[in-house]
Amino acid sequence: MKLSVNGRDVNVEAAPDRMLLQVLREDLDLTGAKYGCGEGQCGSCTVLLDGVAVRSCITPLKSVASKKITTIEGLEQDGKLHPVQEAFLDRDAFQCGYCTPGMILSAVSLLAKTPKPTVAEVKRGMNGNICRCGTYPRIIEAVRMAAGVKS
Amino acid sequence: MWHVSAHHRSGSDGGRGEIVIEPERYELTAGPAYRFELDRRAFFGALGLGFVVVGLVEAQESGGGRRRGGAGNGRPEEISAWLHIGEDGLVTAFSGKAEVGQNTRTALVQGVAEELRIPVASVKLTMADTDLVPYDAGTFGSRSMPDMLPQVRRVAASARELLTEEGARRLGADKANMVASDGWIRDSISGQSLRYAEVVQGQALLRTAKVGAQTALTPPGKWKVLGTPVPKVNGRDFVTGHHKYTSDTKIPGMISGHVLRAPVYGSKLVSAEGPGVVRDGEFAGVAGGLVSAAKVQWSSPEKPSTVSDMTVGEFFKSTAEKREASTRGLIEEGFKAADKRLSGSYQIAYIAHAPLEPRAAVAQWSGGKLTVWTGTQRPFGVKAELAEAFGIPESQIRVIVPDTGSGYGGKHTGEQAIEAARLAKASGKPVKVLWTREEEFRWAYFRPGGVIDVASGFRSDGSMTAWDFHNYNSGNSGLGTLYDVPHQRVHFHRTESPLRQGSYRGLAATANHFAREVHMDEVACGIGMDPLEFRLRNLKDARLRAVLEKVAEKVGWAKGSNKGWGIAGGFEKGGYVATAAQVSVEPGLKNFRLERAVIAFECGAIANPEMLRNQVEGGLVQGLGGALFERVRFENGRVENARFSSYRVPRFLDMPVVESVLINRLDLPSAGAGETPIVGIAPAISNAIYSAIGVRLRNMPLLG
Repeated sequence: MKLSVNGRDVNVEAAPDRMLLQVLREDLDLTGAKYGCGEGQCGSCTVLLDGVAVRSCITPLKSVASKKITTIEGLEQDGKLHPVQEAFLDRDAFQCGYCTPGMILSAVSLLAKTPKPTVAEVKRGMNGNICRCGTYPRIIEAVRMAAGVKS
Repeated sequence: MWHVSAHHRSGSDGGRGEIVIEPERYELTAGPAYRFELDRRAFFGALGLGFVVVGLVEAQESGGGRRRGGAGNGRPEEISAWLHIGEDGLVTAFSGKAEVGQNTRTALVQGVAEELRIPVASVKLTMADTDLVPYDAGTFGSRSMPDMLPQVRRVAASARELLTEEGARRLGADKANMVASDGWIRDSISGQSLRYAEVVQGQALLRTAKVGAQTALTPPGKWKVLGTPVPKVNGRDFVTGHHKYTSDTKIPGMISGHVLRAPVYGSKLVSAEGPGVVRDGEFAGVAGGLVSAAKVQWSSPEKPSTVSDMTVGEFFKSTAEKREASTRGLIEEGFKAADKRLSGSYQIAYIAHAPLEPRAAVAQWSGGKLTVWTGTQRPFGVKAELAEAFGIPESQIRVIVPDTGSGYGGKHTGEQAIEAARLAKASGKPVKVLWTREEEFRWAYFRPGGVIDVASGFRSDGSMTAWDFHNYNSGNSGLGTLYDVPHQRVHFHRTESPLRQGSYRGLAATANHFAREVHMDEVACGIGMDPLEFRLRNLKDARLRAVLEKVAEKVGWAKGSNKGWGIAGGFEKGGYVATAAQVSVEPGLKNFRLERAVIAFECGAIANPEMLRNQVEGGLVQGLGGALFERVRFENGRVENARFSSYRVPRFLDMPVVESVLINRLDLPSAGAGETPIVGIAPAISNAIYSAIGVRLRNMPLLG
C-alpha cells in the first residue's frame, strides 16, 4: 500500500492490521519513533498524522492510508532544525534522549493547536509522554521557548 | 490532587567501636582477572598515524574498579584510559564508561579538551566498546566523575606534555618555553609555532604514561572548558532521531528473536516446539518466528510463592539473618541518658527501573567470534557473562554499547545479550532481541523492598542520645546516620527476597534516608522543635549544614511557621543534598498537591553546571515516583502491574515547581551526581504532609 511519509510517497508491502510503528521502524528504517510500551501510554512512538500527534504503536496501518505522516526525521527542513528541536537543544531538555523524538512531535502538535501555551496547558497537552530521566521541567521550558512565551 | 490515607506502622528493636558499614552488596564491583596486551600495531592500524598515550595508574586509583593486569612489573597497575591524536588533529579518547543519559560523555570530552587546550569539537570519545576501550568494571556508583574524569584528564595532560616535547624538538626550541594553546604548540621566545596535527604528522608514537595523583591537572580556578555549561556533545543526533540505540541497530540478514517466558516465577520448562523455536536447557525462544505460533508447556513451581507486596514486610522479618550490628558507644546507655524515646517502622516497596528503552541486544556470530550490541552499564561484565554462557574465551567476544536509553542501575546484567546470542547461534543468523515493556517489568530485576525499624533516644533540649536503626533487606547504602549521636547501633539484616533484586539509582540510600529523615522529623515535632533547627542542633558536618542552610534560605524557611513545608538532608556517594517540599491542602480534606520542590546540592567542583542541574533536578523528579506511587505489585509469583497503564510513573501533571541551588566548591574534587539527588524528596514530602495535615506517612510510596 502507498503511504505519504515525510513528504514522500512510499510503497510498503504490509498487512493493513500491522501497526504504523513497526512499519516505520522495520520497513522504512525510520527508527526515530521508539517502542516504549506498545499500549499508547508512554508517547515514545509519537508521530504526526496530518499534523496531529498519534501513538504509532497502536495506530493500524489501514487508518493512515490517506494521511500525511511526519516522523522526527522529517521535521528538519533543508538542514534547518524545527524551532522545537532548537529549543530542546537550547534548554538541554533531555538526558538519555529516548523519549525526545516523541516529546518533540507531541510539542509540535500542541503548539499547532495552542500557539502560546501556559505551563498548565503544556503539562496537560504533554501528559501522555513519559520521560523517565525526569526532564519534564526543562521540556516545559523548551516548549514555551519554542512558542516564544517568556518563562 | 492526591489523596492521603494514613497507614501507621510501629515497631522497635533493641558493643563498642566506630560505625563501619560493609560495601553495598547490590553493587557489583569485582572485575574479572584480566591482562591487557598493548599492541602498538593494532592501535595505529585501527586509528591511523599520530600519537597514542596510554594512561597507567596504580590499581586502587582507577575508575575501572578492582582488577588485575596492566603492564606493570610486579606492582599492580592498570590502564585507565587512552587517547589518540591523529594527523588531522582530531583527538579521540577511549573510556570503558557507558553513556546512559547521565551525560558522562560530555563531561569526559570537556576534561580532555581542557587539558589538551583544544575546543570541545576537536574531541571524540569512544565509550564502552570492549574491542576498543580499556577494561572498566562498569558505570555505577557515581564513579565516573570522581574516578574516570581525573583519569582521562591525566592522560590528556600527559599527551599535552608529549606534544610539547615533540614540538620543542621539531622547532629546536627549549621545552620549558613552549606553550600549548588552542591546538597549537608555540615557542614563547621565537614565536614559532606548530599545530598539533603538524607535530604528530607521519609519527606512530605510543607512550605509556604513569598517570596518578601526581600528574598536574589544570586547577578549577583556571578552567576554561570544564566548569562551563557545554551542551550534550551529540545532542543534535537525539533531537533529529538519528541516534541509533541498540534497539535501532540493524545489520544485514538480521532476524528478530523472542524469549518464551514462564507464566509465573519458578515455573520450569516442560516442552517447547513450533516454527523457529530454540530450546536449550531451561531456555526457550523463537528466532524469526512468531511467539504466538510456539507451543510451550510449563510446570507449576515446586514451591509456589505465597508472598505478595502487601505481606512482604513480615516475610523480610521472618527470614532475616542474625548478624553483628555496627555500633558506637553503648546503645543501652544512650536510651538511659534520654528523656524520651521514639520508635517507628518504615516500609519501602519494590520498584522497577522502567528505563524507557527496554533491554535490547543484537548478536552476530562470525567465524567463531561473537559480536553483541547491547545497552548495558557493564560492557565487560556482559562480555564475561557471554564467555561463561557459551564456553568461549573472552578474546572471541566483542560487546558494543551504543549510548543507551537510560539505566538507573537497572542494566548491569546481560541476559538480553545471552538470549540474542543463543538464538543467533541456533538460527545461524544475526538476531535482535527487544524486550517488551511487560518483559521489562517482569523479568528485569527490581530495587529491593525493605522494612526499616528505628528507635531513638533524645533529651528535651533537642540533643540526640541514642540511635538504633535496623534495615531489613533494602540494603546498606546510607545506613549510618549523619547526625552526631553518641550511642548508635545500625544494622543491615539480610533476608530472603521474593523478587529478583539489584542495583538502582541511589540504591538503599533512598530507603535509609527516608526512614532517618522522617524519623528525625517525628522527633522534632514530638518535642516541639523546628525540624531544621533540630537537625542543625545535632549536626557537625559543615558540608551538610551548608546545603540545609542553603535550601532553607531559598525557600525562606522561618522558625516555627513553615506549615505545609518539609525538609530532609543527606549525604551519599560524595554528594551533599538538602531537599524541601511544599504541599497545599484543600480545607477540610486530606487531599494535597505538591506545589514546590527545592533542592540544594554540593558535590565539589562543578564540571558542567547545566548538566549537573539536569541530573539534580532529574533525580528529584524521578524520585517523585518512588516517593508517591511507584510500587511493584506482586502475588502468586507474578508481577500484577507490568504495564505503564498500571505501574504509575511521574508525568507532566505531577510536576511541582522544581528549583535547584548548586554550591560550587572549587577547592574540592568533583563527585558524581547521578544518584544522590534522588534521596531527599520522599522524606521531604512526607514531612510536608505531616506539617500540612498532621498525618504521618511512614511507607514508600506515600500514596500506597
